[in-house]
Amino acid sequence: MSPRAACQLEQLGFTQVYDYVLGLADWKAAGRPTDGTETSVQRVAEATRPDVPTCDPGESIESVWIRTETAGWDECLVIECDGLVVGRLRGEAWTKNRELLAGDVMEFGPTTVRADSLLAPLVERMQKRNTETVTVTTPQGHLIGVLIRQEAEQLLSGRTPEQIWADCDGCPGQWRLVENP
Amino acid sequence: MITDINRETLLTLIEQGAQVVDVLPEGEFMASHIPGAINIPLKNLNSEATSTLTRAKPVVVY
Repeated sequence: MSPRAACQLEQLGFTQVYDYVLGLADWKAAGRPTDGTETSVQRVAEATRPDVPTCDPGESIESVWIRTETAGWDECLVIECDGLVVGRLRGEAWTKNRELLAGDVMEFGPTTVRADSLLAPLVERMQKRNTETVTVTTPQGHLIGVLIRQEAEQLLSGRTPEQIWADCDGCPGQWRLVENP
Repeated sequence: MITDINRETLLTLIEQGAQVVDVLPEGEFMASHIPGAINIPLKNLNSEATSTLTRAKPVVVY
């Protein structure tokens, strides 16, 4: 629809016409805010925190662990190419030889969800599968953040973001200020 | 000339004062749209409906 609109605008004499081809679906999937009546529905983006530690596949487990633990996390996402999520380090990975590299011991291709997905059904699925966290990315696989089930449950039960994310500077709104690749 | 853009370019254009036009039907626009966008449904996209747009500024449609 938008290519036709762009063409029509040009025919009407507009000289600076741009077509955001991927449109609203892409905008929402990247976790960008929207206006309108539908915004009352809680989305994954509202419970996504951007402060999850990240590392390069070429970093040693030792240095990654130090940085992750210092940040108060037990999970680190392995990223390449300006934010593309390629793996995850957690649990057993930390018990490996600390001289190994993140890329050697990471879980390849962790499950990801889109920021515009409905929050309640996702939390329900996580409860059934006993999943504690899930990685949130753009449709292209670039990192937006991590959703922690316990925090999402609190949000769904009516606690305010300020109560839930008191320990995270600007969370969860902070992600809105981060330009995702 | 029409230029296809991605989200990053859209954000840059918005910062620069671009006018964002949602050409979906009014009902869909009311449900959800990009903040700051105005609604001119495709079927109404004519010279009268676009008279509120500034021709000197970029226009982004989606």
